[in-house]
Amino acid sequence: MRFTIEQRPEPSAVMRVVAPVAAIALTLVVGAGLFAALGHNPVAMLDAFFIAPLNSLNGLSELLLKASPLILIACGLAVGFRANVWNIGAEGQLIMGAIAATGVGLFYPNPDSVLLLPLMFLAGMAAGMAWAAIPAFLRARMNTSEILVTLMLTYVATLFLSWLVHGPWRDPAGFNYPQTAMLPPYALFAPFDDAYRVNHSVFITAVAVVVMWIFTDRSFLGYKMAVAGAAPLAARYAGFRESAAIWIGLLAGGAAAGVAGMAEAAGPLGQLSPNVSPGYGFAAIIVAFVGRLNAFGIVLAGLLMSLLFLGGETVQVSLGLPSALTRVFQGVLLFFLLAADFFIFYRIRRVGGQN
Amino acid sequence: MIPRLELRNICKRYPGVVANDDVSLSILPGEIHAVLGENGAGKSTLMKIIYGAVQADSGEILCDGNPIHSHNPAVSRALGIEMVYQHFALFESVSVVENIALSVTTPFNLAALSRKVLELSQRYGMPIDPARLVHNLSVGERQRVEILRCLLQNPKLLILDEPTSVLTPQAVLRLFDTLRQLAAEGCSILYISHKLDEVQTLCDTATVFRNGRVTGTARPKQTTATELARMMVGSKLPEMHVSPPVPAEKPMLEIRGLSAAATDIYGVDLADISFDVFGGEIVGIAGVSGNGQAELVSLLSGERLHPQSNAIRIGGIASGHLDADGRRRAGIAFVPEERLGRGAVPAHSLIENGLLTGHRLGSVRHGMVDRKRAADFSRDIVEKFKVKTNGVRAKAQSLSGGNLQKFIVGREIALQPKLLLVSQPTWGVDVGAAAFIRQTLVDLSRAGAAVLIVSEELDELFEICDRLLVICNGRLSKSLIRTQTDREEVGLLMTGLDGSVVANGGDSLALHD
Amino acid sequence: MDLFIAIFTGTIVAATPLVLAALGELVVEKSGVLNLGIEGMMLTGAALAFGVALAGLPLPLAIVAGVAGGAASSMLFGVLALTFLTNQYAAGLALAIFGSGLSAMIGNGFGNTPIAALGTLHIPVLSDIPLVGPLIFRFDILVYFSLFMVVFIGWFLYRTKAGLVLRTIGESPQSAHAIGYPVVRIRYLAVLFGGAMAGLAGAYLSVVYTPLWVENMTAGRGWIALALVVFSTWRPYRVLLGAWLFGGMTILQLQGQVLGIALPSELLSALPYLATIVVLVIISRNRQMLALNFPASLAKPFRPAG
Repeated sequence: MRFTIEQRPEPSAVMRVVAPVAAIALTLVVGAGLFAALGHNPVAMLDAFFIAPLNSLNGLSELLLKASPLILIACGLAVGFRANVWNIGAEGQLIMGAIAATGVGLFYPNPDSVLLLPLMFLAGMAAGMAWAAIPAFLRARMNTSEILVTLMLTYVATLFLSWLVHGPWRDPAGFNYPQTAMLPPYALFAPFDDAYRVNHSVFITAVAVVVMWIFTDRSFLGYKMAVAGAAPLAARYAGFRESAAIWIGLLAGGAAAGVAGMAEAAGPLGQLSPNVSPGYGFAAIIVAFVGRLNAFGIVLAGLLMSLLFLGGETVQVSLGLPSALTRVFQGVLLFFLLAADFFIFYRIRRVGGQN
Repeated sequence: MIPRLELRNICKRYPGVVANDDVSLSILPGEIHAVLGENGAGKSTLMKIIYGAVQADSGEILCDGNPIHSHNPAVSRALGIEMVYQHFALFESVSVVENIALSVTTPFNLAALSRKVLELSQRYGMPIDPARLVHNLSVGERQRVEILRCLLQNPKLLILDEPTSVLTPQAVLRLFDTLRQLAAEGCSILYISHKLDEVQTLCDTATVFRNGRVTGTARPKQTTATELARMMVGSKLPEMHVSPPVPAEKPMLEIRGLSAAATDIYGVDLADISFDVFGGEIVGIAGVSGNGQAELVSLLSGERLHPQSNAIRIGGIASGHLDADGRRRAGIAFVPEERLGRGAVPAHSLIENGLLTGHRLGSVRHGMVDRKRAADFSRDIVEKFKVKTNGVRAKAQSLSGGNLQKFIVGREIALQPKLLLVSQPTWGVDVGAAAFIRQTLVDLSRAGAAVLIVSEELDELFEICDRLLVICNGRLSKSLIRTQTDREEVGLLMTGLDGSVVANGGDSLALHD
Repeated sequence: MDLFIAIFTGTIVAATPLVLAALGELVVEKSGVLNLGIEGMMLTGAALAFGVALAGLPLPLAIVAGVAGGAASSMLFGVLALTFLTNQYAAGLALAIFGSGLSAMIGNGFGNTPIAALGTLHIPVLSDIPLVGPLIFRFDILVYFSLFMVVFIGWFLYRTKAGLVLRTIGESPQSAHAIGYPVVRIRYLAVLFGGAMAGLAGAYLSVVYTPLWVENMTAGRGWIALALVVFSTWRPYRVLLGAWLFGGMTILQLQGQVLGIALPSELLSALPYLATIVVLVIISRNRQMLALNFPASLAKPFRPAG
């Protein structure tokens, strides 16, 4: 008697649901083990990490506040990932979006214009797209790996931001902190309630989710992108242009990340500082995968990932644990999810007899 | 005498298919034993089980009377069982001798091994330069490398899986001489084929296969072809109806002076190719694979563009610059050689795969997919072409090769093409489906469409084509009328349009260097 | 002259972690596997090595810890990519993110305490030769090791049977399996080697190059190493060439800041990243050259049939 692994004739529908649940459960088990190893009571820690943040209205507000950029960026990235276009530099595109939007907000001649916020939106989107257009051009025309280019450009964007806030854009009245002046009121998203930080920019994310769903599930262009991702030779056979998939894939991610950056600057931050993103651009990659590159999944994954960020902050503040725990959890979750996916497509079967 | 190899009650199942069902056979030392069966009968699986590359679910294998436990290719080689694959297991990027070094157990010394290879190649009349990179070799030469690799091990049993499907008729005779020489030296040979005439010429015994089961054992030299065919196919196949062609006045496809460098480093350059295909006829392009077919086909289909748009004219209109979508609009439909990954997206449903080229038939409106229409389109194909599937939501990869091919052919014919381009129409397709597909192509042409078939199966081309062209080393022969030519002539053209190669070196396997 | 010596030796030293990590990845890719997680493995190695050194244990032990950390973390990727047939891009990214988090967590208690860096060699007579001594004979031992590895990997890949097997698995795992090679096991070994080399590169950063713990101290070197493999078109000697190019870029940029070139330091710091892009573009345009040594099965999952 022995076991073999074999491909299922059809992917398992049951496993499609069970796999992510199992992955989350296993992540919790590993987390509990990790806490125990660090000398903490695992149950209390898991409670502090995953339950406590949700126990208050403020917690929910923060959950939405952090989930919104994650979901927004993941939607954009997923459009590319579906077509095997690997934009992993959303962090850089987010930063460029934040820079452009803040620039408009600070230097637009009429700070009391109601057009200010829409203009910042457009500037953020355009800057994110422009930053993503570089790898798109290089991949489509020069055959250059977009993975490496988007990543290198993230470092460049980070350094550019650092230069701006340490140099030309530094707030002269800011006690030498590396940050810009605060944005004028008309350059900010209004919060739903002054007691909480979550603001109207979540509507942008909501629209993005719907648009992404229609694009990937209903539109012919989305279908073509899916073919390009699943079987590039079939796309060429059908006459779907590869360069179109590359451009759309990268620009969608760039636009989403740019807008997310704008919404950070014009939302909770109200200004530009070196920490405009706590790693949303990278975490959104995980969100996109955990969400299986589809709109509904991304919403759930974004909320979960946001909870990881919140939990990390909570245990950092209350127990002095490093915030890097969040990234460890993110990594572990993604590991388990990728491994669990295997069982959607394969099964383990017992075979009898010799040989 | 103790059999060299004995199989007892071998069974192997794959999800949805029984590849081998209770198979038993035995081979004596020095015997040339045929395993005869149609494509998809389970022969290749059985050979892989014998070699240990695939594990049987149940059953026993005995070598020289001793049962083999925990089988794998290394065990086989230790026992003296060697295998020449149908699609060679050679590595393109390394040299002949390095390829051979990978499967011998002697200490790693390429110089010494090269000398041994040369020696052996002379003894069996299969000249080869050990230092050459495999990607520069012709298919025939590659097969020589495979056989030499096996011979270096002094095999007691040599397995050959459809060895002649890539060879010219002349090269086949040459191969048979080598095999007879080997058998005379005591080596057993297991010869897998679906070609009756070859088995009758070469083999002492034949085990006949159908649908994964043994349907009989025979002495092929004393058995009639009809008898063997009956065991192999079972029921009688529908006869092909090929009425005389009625070519149109103007050509549908005109190729003039088409030259193109290969895009792949392992590819073949095309040189000055010219030919026409008329509506109402079927034209076949014969040739050993790797002689420029892949390049020609991708230039015709528009997967690759050509800077001189006049070199390719479709319906009289210069089309070289049109991509695959543009060509389809001009009236082309195309069935590629690779079904999974090119003609169809493996992980997509049949509905989505219908959309791949069928989207132009009204299932996309205002940029949105009309899912009902798309489903209807694919359902029509499944019904009309008798595609066996669990419905149109089934993934393309869940279909058997033959059924997926019927689906793709059906989809392309649904586009009502003025010119249908088909590459290897029946490769790996079971007999029934193959006959159906061939009849479909004939019917399409007789209804007025131009049909161009690229195939390595000479039998197939002679069965349905009205005219034949032969491609060799990126060049195309003159047009041959099917009824006025024969295999001999086509075979010579396949070896390089140049009889001197055969006459000078006695080297009929050398197709081109 | 002193400036020249400083730039030359600085270049060699700055190139060393890149050489180590890129050589490891080259072997991984030659076997047909793409591990994007170098950054994560380097960071894990760097953090472990630094921790061991900070605890007062001998530096060689610290370096071994780094190697072990890199190798262990590579197995997270290995299991996903080779056993669970996961998309290799996703698995590599997961490792990159995980490694950066894990290293930050490990390094949380390191504070700002520097450690004594691994010293340079002093070979009697040779190191004292004017000019030649400082240029050639006064590096730390890992610099010489990295050079040795370039030669060794070149020899291994193109002169040994094991290297031949590795290359052919990278071209066609199906064929290698068909003639009886344990494809998955060999790929595991390659991934493990790549992880060990990345861990060594990380250890080099934290206990030799800048013996002070800084979160994410690799600063993208893992990704640059990945770019170097493309740049090298999968040839070991060209890895060295590329690494020197980037090492030189880093040092020039530092020297530029020291010399007070009138450009903001952030923009100078961006130079190596921009240079990476430029070099990638130049190499990638030549598809023929890329195809020559390209492992044809790169990043395609393989499962033995049967």
